[in-house]
Order: sequence, then C-alpha cells, then structure tokens
Amino acid sequence: MKMKKIRTPQELDSLRNSLLKQKDTNKPCVRVCLGTGCRAHGSANVMTSFKDEIERQGLEIQVDCKQTGCHGFCERGPVIVIGPKEIFYQKVKPTDVPEIVSKTLLNGEVVDRLLYIDPTGQRALYEHEVPFYKKQTRLILANNGKIDPTSILDYIAIGGYQALATAITTMSCEEIIDTIEKSGLRGLGGGGFPTGRKWRSCKEAHGDVKFVIGNGDEGDPGAFSDRSLMEANPHSILEGMIIGAYAIGANQGYLYVRAEYPLALKHLQTAIDQARKYGFLGNNIFNSGFDFDIKINQGGGAFVCGESSALMASIEGKMGEPRAKYIHTVERGLWNQPTNLNNVKTWANVPLIINNGADWFAKIGTEKSKGTGIFSLVGKVNNTGLVEIQMGTPLKTIIYDIGGGITRGKRFKAVQTGGPSGGCIPEELLDLTVDFEKLTESGSMMGSGGMIVMDEETCMVDVARYFLDFLQNESCGKCVPCREGIKRMLEIVTKITKGKAGKEDLELLRDLATMVKNFSLCGLGQTAPNTVLSTLRYFGDEYDAHIRDKKCPAGICRDLITFAILEDKCTGCGACFKLCPQQAIQGKPKELHLIDPAKCMRCGICRDACPFEAIIVR
Amino acid sequence: MVNLIIDGVKVQAEEDSTILEVAKFYGIDIPTLCYHEQLTPYGACRLCMVEVEDGRRTRLVASCLYPVREGIRVKTHSERVMKGRKLILELLLARCPNSKTLQDLASQMGLEQVRFKMENKDCILCGLCVRMCAEQMGSGAIGFVGRGQKREVVTPFRMASEICRNCGACMYICPVVDLHCRGVKSPGELCNSCLVITPQCLGKYDQVMCTLDSCGACVQKEEK
Repeated sequence: MKMKKIRTPQELDSLRNSLLKQKDTNKPCVRVCLGTGCRAHGSANVMTSFKDEIERQGLEIQVDCKQTGCHGFCERGPVIVIGPKEIFYQKVKPTDVPEIVSKTLLNGEVVDRLLYIDPTGQRALYEHEVPFYKKQTRLILANNGKIDPTSILDYIAIGGYQALATAITTMSCEEIIDTIEKSGLRGLGGGGFPTGRKWRSCKEAHGDVKFVIGNGDEGDPGAFSDRSLMEANPHSILEGMIIGAYAIGANQGYLYVRAEYPLALKHLQTAIDQARKYGFLGNNIFNSGFDFDIKINQGGGAFVCGESSALMASIEGKMGEPRAKYIHTVERGLWNQPTNLNNVKTWANVPLIINNGADWFAKIGTEKSKGTGIFSLVGKVNNTGLVEIQMGTPLKTIIYDIGGGITRGKRFKAVQTGGPSGGCIPEELLDLTVDFEKLTESGSMMGSGGMIVMDEETCMVDVARYFLDFLQNESCGKCVPCREGIKRMLEIVTKITKGKAGKEDLELLRDLATMVKNFSLCGLGQTAPNTVLSTLRYFGDEYDAHIRDKKCPAGICRDLITFAILEDKCTGCGACFKLCPQQAIQGKPKELHLIDPAKCMRCGICRDACPFEAIIVR
Repeated sequence: MVNLIIDGVKVQAEEDSTILEVAKFYGIDIPTLCYHEQLTPYGACRLCMVEVEDGRRTRLVASCLYPVREGIRVKTHSERVMKGRKLILELLLARCPNSKTLQDLASQMGLEQVRFKMENKDCILCGLCVRMCAEQMGSGAIGFVGRGQKREVVTPFRMASEICRNCGACMYICPVVDLHCRGVKSPGELCNSCLVITPQCLGKYDQVMCTLDSCGACVQKEEK
C-alpha cells in the first residue's frame, strides 16, 4: 500500500486524532523494555513468553503487548509496565509471565513479589513511586517507556512531528534560531557550547551546501545515554535534526553511530525509512519547498571519532583523525562546507523547545545551564541505570536519593563524571550542584554523561592508571603530546602502583599532565590528563602513600599489599587452604592457618572464600 | 594586510598566512618537525606552539596552522611555551634517541637529560613522507596505519607498493633518519657535543637573533 505523505499540519492533526480515537485507553497493555540493558537480563525471552501466553489463552484481541526502549532502571531489569493502571514490575522472568497475564492483565490484580520494594520496605506500585524515578526530571527520556521505538504512529500519537509542523509552517529560520538561543540550550555532548549560537554561525557561514550531523558515537566506558535514547526514541532525534537543518539551510544530514550499537542502528534506520514514507524526510517537507534527508554512518569503534573533526574525517572516508579547529567546523567542516554538529541528546531537546517555548525551557535548570542532563549512573551504586535530572541537582541527590547509595553499605569515595576525559570528584564536594560550570570548576566535566561511583575499596591511583590505559589505546597517535605523553604518564602511574616510584616521578607526572593538557591537538588529548590531575588534586595523600610508604590504602595495588589471617577469627576450616591456587596457605584442620607471603600472588580468592572474615589486606 | 605583534615587534602580514609563515618571514625561528613550506600543514609535532593573546584570552596554538588575525599578540618563546616544547622534545628523544635533528634541537633548547625509558625507534610519525608522497609526488604509496601506540607509516598491507616509483622523496624529506647521532653516552644522557661544532646562531643569524631568541648555545658553552 502506498502511504500518502503528510503535507500539512492539518493532515498531521487528523492522523493523530484518528490514532487516538482508535486507541482504547482501557485496554490492558503490557510494555516490555527491550533496551540493551534489559535484553542482557533476558527481556527478549520475557517478550516471547508474553506473546506465546497471550496466543495460548487466545487473548490477542483483548490485550496488547508491545516493546519499548530503555526505562532507565537497568539494575532491576527486565522491567515491564502494565497498562491501563501502569503497574510497574521488575526482575520479571519468563516463568512469571502466565501469572502476570491471568492475574494482572485480565483481572487487574497485582503480583506482589514482582513489585519494587525500596530499602525501607515500602512497596512501589507505579514507576513514579520508585525512589529512583522520584527525583528525576524526565524530558528527553519521558517517552522512552511509553512508545514502541519501531513505530512512527506511536510517536505521532504522543504529539510527535508536531514541532516540525509548527516550525516549518509558522516560523521563519530566524525565529527558530532565536527560540533555541533564548532557551539557553547547550551542547550535551560534553562541551556545553550554546546550541543557538552554533546554529547561527553555521547559518551565516558562506557555503553553497551545508550539513547537519547527529553525533551518536558514544565511546566512554560506562556511558550509555546516547544509546538508550537512539534505541528508545529515534524519531525525536530525527525531528530535532530536521528542524535544525531547516533553520540552518542544510539539505543533508548524517547520523554517526558506533557499529557496536546494533539495536540503535536498527531503530534509527527504521525511523528514517518511516519518516521518509510519511514525508517528514525527503522533498518538499510540509509543502515548504525544503528538502532534507538523513544518512546513517557507522563508526568503527574509535573513541576519537566522537571528536567533531575526526568524526567528519571519518564520514568523508578518511582516517578518523582530528584536525586543528582554528577555523571552526561551522565554517569549514564536512567536505570543507559549513557543518553543524550536535549530540543526539541536544537534537532531541529541539522538538521540546519548539513545542513548549523557549521560556519554558529556560526555567528548567540553573542560570547558565538550562534543561536537563542525562547520566549513566554506574559503579558501586545500588540503583545503576539511566538518570535524567535538572541541571543544578546536587551530586548527593543523584548518588543517594536516585542511586540508592553505595552497594554493600560501603563508604563513598569518589565519583568520576565525563568518562576518561573527566575527573574524579571527592566526598567533600558531594554537595556540588551538577551543571557545566560547576563540574569544570571541580576539575571534571559533563562529558558524554558517564557517572561512575567508587567506594572506599577503590584505589584512585589505580583508577588513573585504568583511564590512562584506555586513552593510550584510543589516542589516534597524530600529535606527540597525546601519543607519547599519555604513554609516559601511564608508565609513571604504573610505576607508582608497583611502589617503584620516587618523588621526582610525581613531579614529572604533574609536568607531563599539564603539558599534554595545553599542547595536544584535540579535545581527547586536552582532557586526557583530567583523571590524573583531579586525583592528584583531591587524593594526593593516596599517591604519597604509594610512593613514600609503599602502601595502597584501598588494598588494590597487588605489589603493595599483603594478605594476613587474623588469629582470633580463624577457625581452621580450611576453606582458604583448598582454594589457594599457589598453595601459599598452610595449616592443619581446626588450627590457625598461615599465608606464605613469598608464594602468595595476592589474588584475593582466600579472602572471598573465608566464611569468618578472618583474612584481611594490609 | 593584517597587523599583529610578534615577540614585541609590530609586523604586518598577508591575510590567510599562518603565524609560522609570518615569523619565518621576519626571521624569528620557531622549531618545527612536521612542517614544510610545500606541504599542507599538519600540526602534529606541537613544537611550533606559540602563545597567542587575542584580547579576550591567552591560549597556546600551533603556529603552523593558526591564521593571523588583526591585533593578536604572539609570544614565540614564552616560559610556558619553552617548558612545553622541551618536554615534547624529551618525549621524542626518548623515542628516537639517535636522531641528530632531535639532538641538535635539544642542544638549542638546553635540554640535557631524558628522564624516560629509552626506546630505539627511527620514526617520529611527523607525516612529512606521507604528505610528500601524496601531494608532491602524486603517488600516495605510503600512509598511516594503526592508532595510538600502534601507529606507523607503511605501504598498503605492508607489501611492496605497485605505485611506489622508488623516487626516494620520502627519505629525502624525513627529518629524523637522515643522520644518526653518535654522541650518545649512557642512556638518557645527551652529549650536547654538536653545539661545540656548530653553534647555530653564529653563521646563520650573525647574532641578531640573540636579542630576540636565545638558542641556548652561548649559555651551554660557558657552562662547559
């Protein structure tokens, strides 16, 4: 069947109204999260079980079953929501499905054991009752759990493409850019450059052809906000890009997405195909004479290709290497033409601003950072998942109220924001409000929104070593400070973790870090020393302990620790004796055991195995 | 024409020229390893970094790429610049300790010791050969492969290239492998012996540069 393209706002309205009319709001509907997080927990099997069970009971007409993108609460996956009452179940297994169908779907009864129970014992029946969601402000992610990402009709039904219709048919290009500028929206890829100003520079730049690019090349370890958005609500990104392209005067857009995100790629491609079918992409969009299309480019997995000029080189088919941006990419970018690149999250904000107005958006957040920030909350925190908060929310709220505190009741030590380019923020700064300026002041950065929580059992020198190792492999190798400097910094930090470093090494490390920051060619190198600099700043005593006392206070660096058995706690059960791979533990049954430090390779197996917590690290 | 100030001297420059070109024209020496007049600037060695003040802020830029702008103040040998340059050179020397070009630069800048573990490589990955082959010889027989530590210059698939004409331009332009320095004593120590043989500032600039930019040669001599 050939779909008639939507050419006027009225046609869009009538399509949406007819969709809403068809939809029975009282019809039971189960929405299963099929985001990558829940898939890893086995949500695809849950989905199949639902379909099978519904078919088996012959309920295809009475109940709906659909997939959605990431709800955010990945810790408790697979999560499902059952309409019309919107009951929230977590950790659902395929074996639970028959019970859910017959009880909740058909009779509206609640299956108690699948509800979320918070640490105080409070049951949460709905998503908004769960503490994880309570303090969040979900704007970009608002519809993640409501719509099927593979259905454009779902998106249109909740008001999708309305912003595009408004922008193209009632606003001039200037008005659109003014609105974005007034809203105060800033680039959510990490830099925080004012989006409106970027658009204006690109619009005013000389060039026959202009391009817009959506950057979905999220390569930080521990970050998955772009992925979740692309998987769950691809049309919002497309809509933002079309509006931006119209305002700037671009006719071709590119979405640059890592090849490691197969689901995101699939959903984006489906969305593009659907948008073309409905006439939101292609020629003469909304009868305005404006033509625009989007092509997806897959990134080969290089971290550096998230940098705008390297990304553009990669799209051009060249090696993914950055170039100096003394002439900005808005003037000379892709194929030397004016190019406006924004992160996918930034693009997804655009329809919201057009629909609700600049003033509405400017009211959210802090004075200089408007709107919301999306963070992938991971590490030693109870509720890992995807978090969207108003700019200006204190770190404490994110980690304790939303994140539910530190796992196993341990003590908080630091939080690393912004991935490998960011820095570590210590306990003293937990009251820090999260926005672009405050994070930069603290020596970290917003980055792509990774937030890795670390507890007292984390060695900060080891953390610096880990990120340097990552960056050493991900540096493109073009400029000397980044290629050689990071390598040598890693050498020194490794030496420190082995207890072989002296005071002069610390000096050299500091000098190197400063030089790499100031002399590197692109953002990767310029921010690479942040972890080292911030840990030196806040955890200098830990470096000293490694260097002066040859001790690792957190008990992580293998060369600096010894395992010992506590006399008063050891019962001589022999659990450690049996498991030690080095046969370093001696002792007779029911007598005190001893560890031979010469044989011990400090793997920690004995400590994990001891039922009496008799083995300690010194 | 654009007016700017380099090292305290008011100069005029043509629009679209880079700081490095202007500095060279006025006889101010900025060290470079990946730059050549006839090739596209690359900005990889970072030795040509200079401090630029544009009224709003001071920042470090690569002079081989930074286009001159009206009213900027450039410092080619500020303390910050020199400290960074020396460290970069130290990193390069740790990679290729036997290069005479690098040893000479070290002498000029007064770098006497390398604090890193020495390697023994021949290539500093400046990319001059790659650009020479592609831009001047019209061939493109060699290129970079790999990322970060694994980056190197090779022919496609490391096989004898069909389009290589053995012209030798890549060898001609290479700043590093042409001459091996034989002066290295123990690892990490630089001999600075080249200084005694060819003090750069004398023959080349007739001492004029000494007021603007100290090559370090005179200081070194006195110390020895």
